[in-house]
Formats: sequence, C-alpha cells, structure tokens
Amino acid sequence: MPDKRDPAGVLVRERRLGSITGYDGTALDLVARSQDGRLADRSRSFSQCGTCSSLCATLQLSLLQDAVVINHAPLGCAGDFPMFNLYNRYGLSRRGMNVSNARLISTNLDESDVIFGATAKLLETIGEAFRRYRPSAIFVTASCASGIIGEDLDGALREAEAEFGIPVAAVHCEGFRSQVWASGFDAAYHAILEKIVKPPKIKRPELINVITFIGDDYFAKLFEPLGLKSNLIVPYLSVEKLERLSEAGATAQMCSTLGTYFAAGLERRFGVPEVKSPPPYGLAGTDAFLRELGRIVGKEREVASFIEAERAAIAGELEALRAEFAGVKAFVAAGPAHGHGFMSVLQDLGMTLVGSCTFHHDPRLDNGNGAGDSLSHVVRTHGNVRLGVCNKQSFELVNLIRRLEPDVLIMRHPSVVVWGAKLGIPTFFIDDENFSVGYRGLVRYGRKIRDWFRNPSLERTLARHTRLPYTAWWLQQSPFAFLKEERP
Amino acid sequence: MTKLIEQPRHFCALAGQQTVAAIERAIPIVHAGPGCGHKLHCGMAMFNGFQGSGYAGGSAIVSTNTGEREIVFGGEGWLREAIEGALKVMDGDLFVVLTGCTADLVGDDAAQVVSEFRARGLAVAHAETGGFKGNGYFGHERVLEALLEQLVEPCARTIPGLVNVWSTVPYQDTFWAGNLAAVRALLASLGLEANVLFGPGSGGLAAWREIPAAQFNLVLSSWVGLAAAESLKARFGTPLLHWPSLPIGGAETSRFLRAVGAFAGVAEPVIAASIRRHEAAFYYYFERAADFFMEFRWDLPGRFGMVADSFYAAGIARFLTNEFGLLPGHQVLTDDPPEEHRERIGRSFADIAPGISADVTFASDGGLIRSTLKSLAEPPSLLLGTSWDREIAGELGAAHLSIALPVTDRLVLNAAYLGYDGGLRLIEDVYASILSSVQ
Repeated sequence: MPDKRDPAGVLVRERRLGSITGYDGTALDLVARSQDGRLADRSRSFSQCGTCSSLCATLQLSLLQDAVVINHAPLGCAGDFPMFNLYNRYGLSRRGMNVSNARLISTNLDESDVIFGATAKLLETIGEAFRRYRPSAIFVTASCASGIIGEDLDGALREAEAEFGIPVAAVHCEGFRSQVWASGFDAAYHAILEKIVKPPKIKRPELINVITFIGDDYFAKLFEPLGLKSNLIVPYLSVEKLERLSEAGATAQMCSTLGTYFAAGLERRFGVPEVKSPPPYGLAGTDAFLRELGRIVGKEREVASFIEAERAAIAGELEALRAEFAGVKAFVAAGPAHGHGFMSVLQDLGMTLVGSCTFHHDPRLDNGNGAGDSLSHVVRTHGNVRLGVCNKQSFELVNLIRRLEPDVLIMRHPSVVVWGAKLGIPTFFIDDENFSVGYRGLVRYGRKIRDWFRNPSLERTLARHTRLPYTAWWLQQSPFAFLKEERP
Repeated sequence: MTKLIEQPRHFCALAGQQTVAAIERAIPIVHAGPGCGHKLHCGMAMFNGFQGSGYAGGSAIVSTNTGEREIVFGGEGWLREAIEGALKVMDGDLFVVLTGCTADLVGDDAAQVVSEFRARGLAVAHAETGGFKGNGYFGHERVLEALLEQLVEPCARTIPGLVNVWSTVPYQDTFWAGNLAAVRALLASLGLEANVLFGPGSGGLAAWREIPAAQFNLVLSSWVGLAAAESLKARFGTPLLHWPSLPIGGAETSRFLRAVGAFAGVAEPVIAASIRRHEAAFYYYFERAADFFMEFRWDLPGRFGMVADSFYAAGIARFLTNEFGLLPGHQVLTDDPPEEHRERIGRSFADIAPGISADVTFASDGGLIRSTLKSLAEPPSLLLGTSWDREIAGELGAAHLSIALPVTDRLVLNAAYLGYDGGLRLIEDVYASILSSVQ
C-alpha cells in the first residue's frame, strides 16, 4: 500500500507486493498462487546481470526538463547517463521541442568518501547543480555505496532545501535492496508524490494522466473521440506540470508494472481516480480499459458506441492479418504487465503463443484491486500458457526459446533482444511501448510485425555467423535448472 | 578528494568488465549489485558508438547481483557458487572475476575464492575493481595487472618479431577495434607480428600466454598500459618502446614506423619500402581532394578544439597541425591521468609544430569543460569531442564530430583514426559533419 513506508521511503516490491524474480510453470498456476498466497520466490545458484532500481528511477527523472538529477555514487553508476541523454535529445527532437542535454551529475564517490562519509560533497554538488542550472527541483538518487556507508540523504537534503528554496528530493533506489528493478520506478514516483505534486487549485476532468515511458502519444487519438486529453507522464515534462498532476480527471498507465505505485498514490493522496483495468492492449483489454475510464469520467454511453465503431473499423484488416498469422508460433519476453498485454495482442492477431517469460511478477498491485490483474485477464481471455519468470537471465531465455522453437519472438528490454536474433528466429523489439495501444494499435502492430518478419535475413545471418556463449551441456539442461527451491 | 562529474566521459573501475569482454572467449564475472554490469554495458559499449554485447558481454555478463543478504552476511559463498555455475554454463577459455562496490565495501575476499579455482588448474583471474577505487582507466589497468600476474607464466623462448601492443582502452575508445587492426597492419608491413590481445582475431588466452615470448612491448598511448609493460620488463626482461601519442596521418605514421622499425631491428630498406608504399596511397587522396581543401574550407582554418583523452588529443592535434594547416585551439584532456604523467603530457602539446603550441586543461566534468570552452578568447570553429559536446559546439557556432566516449550520434563498426588510413578517415568524418550541417 502506498502509505506503508519504511523510514527511507517506499518499500521495495519484494516486501511491499510479494514480487518474485524466479518461477517456472504456467500462467494459470501463477495467477492461482498470486491470489491464494502460495507464491514464493526462487533464487538462483547462477545468474547474469540484470538491471537495478537506480537505472529505472533515473529513467523517469532524468527526462524532466527543468530538474537536475544527482547520482550520489561512484562514477560507474552514471554508466546509464549517455543513454538518458540520447533519450532526452531524441525525444525532444521528435516532439518538436528545443533539443538539449539531460542534466545529470555524479558525486563521483571515491575511496576517501566511502571511508569518511560524503555528505559535505553531496551538499557541495547540490550547490554547484543549483548554480549551473537554477533548476526547479533536484533529485538525489542513492547507490549501493551510499546505502552501505549509511549516508543520511534525507537529513542532508532538508538542509539544501532550506538553502536553495526548491524541492530537493531523496530517491532511495540502492541497487542491492531489490532484484526487481521496477522498485526504482516506485522510488522515483515516491519522491515526486512527496515533494512535487501539489493539491489541485482547479480540476480538469477531461485531462487523463497516462504513466508511460518515452514512447509517442498514441493515447491522444484513443481519447480524443471521447472528449478527453492525454497527459503523458513523467518524461519530457516540466516540474510545474508535475505539480499539477492532481488536477486530472483520472490516471491511466500503459503498464501497471511501471505505474502501480504512482497511480495508487495519486488516487490516495490527491483523489485522482486510477483506471483499474487490464492494460489497453488487445481487443478485450481495450474494451475493459475504456469502459472503466468511461465510468470514471461519466461517459459510459460514448464509450460503448466508440468501442462498437472502432471494432467495426478494424474488423476487415484484423481478419486479413489473422489469416496471415494463422499457425504462427510466438514467444513473448518482457516486463510483466506489458508482456501480458503483448500476450493478448499476439493472440488477437491470430498467433499461437507457445511460451512467455516476464522479468518479474507482481502478485498484486498497490491499489489492492484485482481488476487490473493483467495476467489473469490474459488467462481468462485466451487460456493458459507456459510462463517463466526471470530477471533478464539470457542463459535461461536462450535455453527455453531453443526448446520451444517459436516462429517469432517479441521482446522488450534492451540487451536481451540480440540473443533471440542469434538463434536465427525472427525477433521483434518492442521499441515504442505505446505503439500497439487500442484497437488501431492492434492492426498497426500487426502490420509492423508482418513486415518485420517478412525478411528475417538479418537474424539468419547472425545465426549463421555467430556462436552462443553457452556450453553444449547447458543447452541440454532444463531452462530453469539453476532455480533453487522456494524460500518463503 | 575527487570532485563531482557532470556528463561523464569515463566510468568506474568496474568498467574493466569491458576490457575482459574485449578478449576473445573471455567471460567477465561481475561480483557486484544487480545493475552494475548492465549500466557499464550501456555507458561503455551500447551508447558509445553502439558497440553492442559481442560474444559474452551485455546481458550475458555473469553477475552475482548482490542483494541485502550478501551485504549483511558476506558474499563469498555465493561468489563461489556463481563461478562454479559460470564454468558449467558459459563456453569460455578464460574467466575473470571483477568485484564491485558492494563486495569491496563489505570486504569479501574474492582473491581467496578465485585462487581456489586457479589451484584446480582453471584459468580464473580476479581484479579488485570496486567503483569507488578509481575510474575506468584504473579498472583497465587492474585487469591487465591481474591477468599478467595470475595467468601469464614465464616462457622459455622468445619469438623474434612478436610485439605486444598496449594501446587504447577497449570499448572506452569507441574506435579501439579498428585502431588495433590498424596497428596490426602497420606492424605487419614491417614484418612484425602484433600481439594486440583484444578484439577480433587477437587469439584470446593463448595470445596472453604468449606475452613473455615477445621481442618487445610497444606502449602506444600517453600513459595507459605503461605500468603493464614496465612490469613485464621487470619480470621477463622484455624491452619496452613507449610512443606516447596515436600515430595519425602521413607524417606521424611514417615517423612511428621508422621508430618501431629501428627499435625492432628491421632492415632499413624494408622500413623505407613500407613508408613509401603507404605514403603514396595516403598522399594520392590528399592531392586529389586538394581542390576541395582549398576551395571549401568553410570556417576552417580557425582553431580546432578537442575534448578527448590525452592519447587521442595528442595524435589528432599533431596531424591536423602538422599536415592539415589548422591551428590548435584549447585542448581539454578528459582521461584524468595520474599526477606523475601530467607534466609530460602537457609538454607534448607545447611543441606540436615549430612555433605552434596549444593550451591544455585536464578536466573530466562537463560543467568545467563548458566553462573552459566558453571563456576562450579564440573559440574553436571545429570541436572534436563527445556527444555531450554537441550542445556547447552549437553554442560556440563550431562544427562538431564525436570521436570519444560517449558517442551516441553515430554508429561505429571498424572505423579507425589510427595510421595513414585513419588520418584520411578523420578528414572524411570532419567534413561529413560540416557538409551535412550546412545543407
């Protein structure tokens, strides 16, 4: 629950939601275990690098246009800065905004800092950030090192706030605290909820917050016929726009894995209703999403006729795509809720889902409401499927995918996609997370996948001319052979 | 005490994982938090010319993904288990354990754990690379040191003509693979065999084991790799030739070939033939593009500024000044060289060409770099730097080319700036940037 906090901020997902990163079984079983409390995590006796909370927290904060993010860490934790800078410049350019560098600073902790403490250095860095940019807010992200040496971020930042007169927020995203990197989203959103968002002065019921990553605004067209406006949050916004999130008529999210804590927090603290439904991917998901949105904003009748019209508008093309995809075996690997969305999309397009892997699993959401359970929605709509949970363990993915021999792979998350391609299987990277939203998104996506898969020569070339870094022994083992027994 | 760093151009000691990833069939094992391997893959490989995962980098990097349990109870047992797993799962010849902040702060004895595996005759090495201990160059040198001390044994014979090359830092130098291939080709033209140790065709563990058999060590950088070569001199008596800037363009590369040839005892006619052949090709293109150079200089010659590590900056500055008629503006050196090398590096910019020198600032922080460039009486009209510097170049009205980490505005495959062809390539790229920006 959003209000259940440890003194350092929001609890990580393992503790707050019972989230896990190791599982081998089926979607149906995972849903059942999530609901009856039998779900227990399984750790690994061998693993490859995942991602950490710090990266996810910074992703959301680094694209704010008039804030500065200070990473209180040794310099390697800034390894993701160039990526965020590219996202920033690329996203601003695509939106027709002035292109500028992301404002990212590392305190560059060294050996004497970790021995003698680095609070003074942090305060100096905050001062320098203020002088360089006159930002509207500063976010200070924690690191493994700052956490282990026991830096008192909150205390130090209160001092800085008093000095500079702007919000200076601690983001508790120490990497070692969670194997579920999405915990970092929660830490960033917690800082925004605590320090930035203000109670509404006016209400704008037509405005719908949509918690998302950096994709284009495909929600605008979905909302427009209903007289609603999308407000994509948080990337590319100003701090002032964040302050006013409380004015919106509702909060939706492209993926509850991303926004569960934020959406629930905006409802609980500021009374902005959360759209509690499966994500708007695939026919049934979009139906449910729009109906719930319509209920919240009092537009049930408009939604009903919109659904009917939109379904009719895409029916012909959808049928043609289904004929093309009939018998095609697909595999999905992605973050949980988004992956569940794609399990619907692919099956709506007429493919057969032979397996899936999500990068963690949240057995419940922060709103405590089961209506948004994206996995049970897929199982209800399309039936059961083999499902594994691994935090981006490419050795497991490669092994599993080789066994299932899908015709096509749909993967989200940088740095895993290449392993599907090296198997010679047509592999589609989910780049823009909003691209397949709604009914039009379903056929838009179908067209895109069809064209991508029409010429798999890149994947075939890779498979022919590269070697996998795995032993023959490993490829003969069960994909989840390194999962240990459950521990409560 | 170190200072804050905005817009980093290198990362922490754990970046040594990419040094390991650059060795053929070597498997990095990162004993660190769950995000370290990926973040460094992002900064060093992916968002630096889009170099990618390669054989066992990216999400294939073995990692203990240290959690609270290991912080509280220690992570040695888990590390042992992870190495056992890596030996079974990963198809490699060489395994290198790199510790991160978590392990080094809680005091895991990774050296002891790793030595148990080495005692079993396995090629497993360990480098202490906790992020707070130093930067990426430091981490690279720790990996070199670890491999040399832990895996390289004395060798009974010397292979005449075999030359170990200690040059640019893999992945950190966006063009490392192309540059090392260029070094190999240059040495081959003198009848020498370069043991470049990193990148395609470099031979992996077997090449590292051959290091003591080399005729000499060639350090082709301002300071990185010098300590490794000196340790080899002390241990195996291998002679050492230090060439402190990257040879780029016609004059510098010829000078380099003469020096290497003489040091190696290559017959003078062989050296002369190599230089003649290379120069003929190089100056053919120089001559052919002369109309363009003379008629379309746009804002050149003005001063060229540089924001790059010291070995690139020196090599490029010498080429553009001595052969291309440009004037060096302020040079910002970003590799944070150890104090004992700074004066020598600074001096090398004092006599770039007769009567021409360049001012130098050592700076790693983007804010300091920006204020340095903005305060110049003669701002550069061409800025060679990183993708961070596109913005300041735009503010100064300078043309810009990304030649150093991070590079996110171009894809880099086998491009090289080293050698004769590298010089041509540099001019092509500079003018590609200028010509595309004015149309």
